[in-house]
Amino acid sequence: MGTEPSLLRVPIASGGTAARLKRHPVDTIPHHHPAPAEPAQPAAPAGGTQTATLNIEGMTCASCSNFVEKALNRTPGVQRATVNLASEKATIEYLPGQIDRAGLKAAVEQAGYGVHEPAAPASPNVLASDQELDARKAQAYQKLKRRFQVAVALAVVIMPLSMLMLWPALMSRISMPLLNYVLLALTLPVLFYSGREFYVSAWNGFKHRTASMDTLIAVGTGAAFGYSLAATLIPHWFMQHGIMPEVYYDTTATIIALILLGKVLESRAKTKTSAAIKALMGLQAKTARVVRGGQEVDVPIEDVVIGDEVLVRPGEKVATDGVLLAGHSAVDESMLTGESLPVEKKEGDAVFGATLNKTGSFRFRVSKVGSETMLAQIVKLVEEAQGSRAPIQQLADKVSAVFVPVVIMIAISTFILWFDFAPDASRLPLALVNFVAVLIIACPCALGLATPTAIMVGTGKGAEHGVLIRNAEALEKAEKVTTVLLDKTGTITRGEPSVTDFLPTAGANPAQLLPRLAAVERQSEHPLAEAVVRYADAQGAALLPATGFRAFEGRGAGATVDGQAYLLGNRRLLDEHQVAVSAATEQAATRLLSEAKTVLYAATGGQVVALIGVADTVRESSRAAIQALQAEGIEVVMMTGDNPQTAAKVAEQVGITRYFAEVLPADKAGKVKQLQAEGRTVAMVGDGINDAPALAQADIGLAMGGGTDVAMEAAGITLMRSDLQGVVTAMDLSRQTMRTIKQNLFFAFIYNTLGIPIAAGLLYPITGWLLSPMLAAGAMALSSVSVLTNSLRLRGYKRTA
Amino acid sequence: MDTTQIIVTLVGVGLLGFVGWFFFLAPHRVAAAVSTSAGIQQVDIVVKGGYSPNVIEVEHGKPVQLNFYRDEENSCSEELLLPDFNIRRELAPFKTTAIELLPQQAGTFEFTCGMHMLRGSLVVK
Repeated sequence: MGTEPSLLRVPIASGGTAARLKRHPVDTIPHHHPAPAEPAQPAAPAGGTQTATLNIEGMTCASCSNFVEKALNRTPGVQRATVNLASEKATIEYLPGQIDRAGLKAAVEQAGYGVHEPAAPASPNVLASDQELDARKAQAYQKLKRRFQVAVALAVVIMPLSMLMLWPALMSRISMPLLNYVLLALTLPVLFYSGREFYVSAWNGFKHRTASMDTLIAVGTGAAFGYSLAATLIPHWFMQHGIMPEVYYDTTATIIALILLGKVLESRAKTKTSAAIKALMGLQAKTARVVRGGQEVDVPIEDVVIGDEVLVRPGEKVATDGVLLAGHSAVDESMLTGESLPVEKKEGDAVFGATLNKTGSFRFRVSKVGSETMLAQIVKLVEEAQGSRAPIQQLADKVSAVFVPVVIMIAISTFILWFDFAPDASRLPLALVNFVAVLIIACPCALGLATPTAIMVGTGKGAEHGVLIRNAEALEKAEKVTTVLLDKTGTITRGEPSVTDFLPTAGANPAQLLPRLAAVERQSEHPLAEAVVRYADAQGAALLPATGFRAFEGRGAGATVDGQAYLLGNRRLLDEHQVAVSAATEQAATRLLSEAKTVLYAATGGQVVALIGVADTVRESSRAAIQALQAEGIEVVMMTGDNPQTAAKVAEQVGITRYFAEVLPADKAGKVKQLQAEGRTVAMVGDGINDAPALAQADIGLAMGGGTDVAMEAAGITLMRSDLQGVVTAMDLSRQTMRTIKQNLFFAFIYNTLGIPIAAGLLYPITGWLLSPMLAAGAMALSSVSVLTNSLRLRGYKRTA
Repeated sequence: MDTTQIIVTLVGVGLLGFVGWFFFLAPHRVAAAVSTSAGIQQVDIVVKGGYSPNVIEVEHGKPVQLNFYRDEENSCSEELLLPDFNIRRELAPFKTTAIELLPQQAGTFEFTCGMHMLRGSLVVK
């Protein structure tokens, strides 16, 4: 991580070793080879060589990579090859006239290794790595289904045959031993085809002195089958000891069929838990229309490099991250931010890969590719969150660590007790049945699945709504929050100035004036000027040309429009240009200032023609979001650097009763501490740039990224949407996820603590209940499936507001 | 109590002790990482009903690459978790999955399968 991958390069081997073009065992070549490591060189432009990168499969150690490298270097047409074991990639310089990519692939295959050609080839990209794994999983699922079908088909024959004894009239005509042999023949395939995996896995575990779910199933069904086998082969021995030679083939077959049913359902449900992240990965564009040498060419996304110019037409996906060069459009970014309204894009704005261009065509310069893009970062963050451990899981983890051996011990104790205390004639079958039932009903899977599945669904769902949860702990913290502290700027308000008042003085014509002022400001890059331009655009003001633009540092700007010189700026600008300010104008300006607004003066011909009030405005969604939080019993507190009057005004506007005014940036963390000292669990919401210490101090920090940086260190949760709705979603989702986890854990614990004693026959002395191992198998299959299903309910989560 | 019962009881109690000893007191298979010339500490781990080796010793501050070769198809071991490093990875059967991480602090970090049945630990020195 973070360092150069090791690129092992070995000199081209001389002849004589060529006969060894076979895959050699891993350890036959010493791991320490004399060749020093050298960094790979980029493609040499001279001599017309080309560079190809191949994904090599099957290399397990450094000697394998050396071997592949030698094989490639020996291939005619190859100038130079380096193989990196860590990334499983070979970088090959070759002469295109002598060999091509297919030839290189053949050379690697001849050496005994595979070349993996993904549909979206080689790039160090989290987005494209899982296709093969998916294929294998689909294959495994098909196999599992077939094994299940075979088990069911045979079990439905075995069951009625085993029950023939219920009809004495029939039984008298059939030879009992013969029937047992028929049942045995039917059960064998169930055991050795359908149930094979359980025994193999239990055996593998046994060799490592570990025990898993499969151990329980293997021992349980093995015991039932072994007993039945003995009763079939040597019934006389049983008779001599006064025991009916009963067989449990139906039990064996049914247990395996039911457990496989559970596995089929489980594996179906499990793929759904990661559906959200798969969907995110699938969003990446496959090709990009790049301008190369003045021509538009469609190239695969992997060949797009930083600095390329890419064209995007309406209805097309933006290929990767970049900065808009020309054109303007509205882009649907909902897949990344959860924001349903398209975002207006103009020159200089950032565009992101995987978003959908709606209205206009534009051209952008690529600034990020592959794993650097916003989409890849989101995927990485969600993946990391799904790999994190939730503190709530600790108990379950401790229990599952000792679960299987303990269950085996309980089962053995059950056997002993039944054998010692049951009536002589039935003690062996009773001991056996209860022994098997205990092993089969115990379900460590439910415990193991309870937390992670809910976290996976929850974090995936969050990403869909533009709420990126850093880890499971953050989710747990967010659930406990009692107070949300909002940094006003950038959260409740937009964090950028907008025009709130446009006040032409008496005699001025606003319809004529606004386009002219906008023309002046269009030339300026000042945020206040941008606010005026945005306002004019929103009003539908015409676009006019301005000439003779001049910026007055710290004061404003001036230009000539329609032959008239306009000045736009602060009071100092007017004073410098000897513009008179009337009493009425003075009054209006004072009023605007008292409302904590910035005042822009517009003047022409030595006269003030308009006043423009500019302020940071409250987002439309803020009030609703704050109310939604309050409705959930969370207290919302605001802090701001503004004076108390302005703070009070904003607080009132959005329905906040408690606020801190005149908070210096350095004191933000102190305010969080103050709230924490009151015994509150505080969530701090900020823009993530200026308030990192406060975010870190809070029990949980929520950064409103606004689409800039996904992985903000100080924040437990990053909100891609730039409004407070994201906070509501985060709080809501964390509560629902935690509720699901608690339900799951409760169910898993209760299921096992009730199920195991019942299966052991604890209720027998009181109620006479014994649990059939077949019922136990059914219960066990359903228990893990119900935990999964409960987690999947989170997929139905809808944003409340 | 007849003789059979006594025998069954004695054998059963013996088995109890055996199961406890066998699973809980299993010895660790320790392996120290081998550093490549590029400074990456590599360890090959076979996943088959358990992790062998199951105690991996590495040094802190240097990148670590754990090559998990999953030599079975059974679903128990299909996921690998290294929660302290926020890693959850699916291991493809009969393939090597390389997991890269950079341990910054010394300590013992557990790695487990998806359901916490199989366990191993990464000891960072």
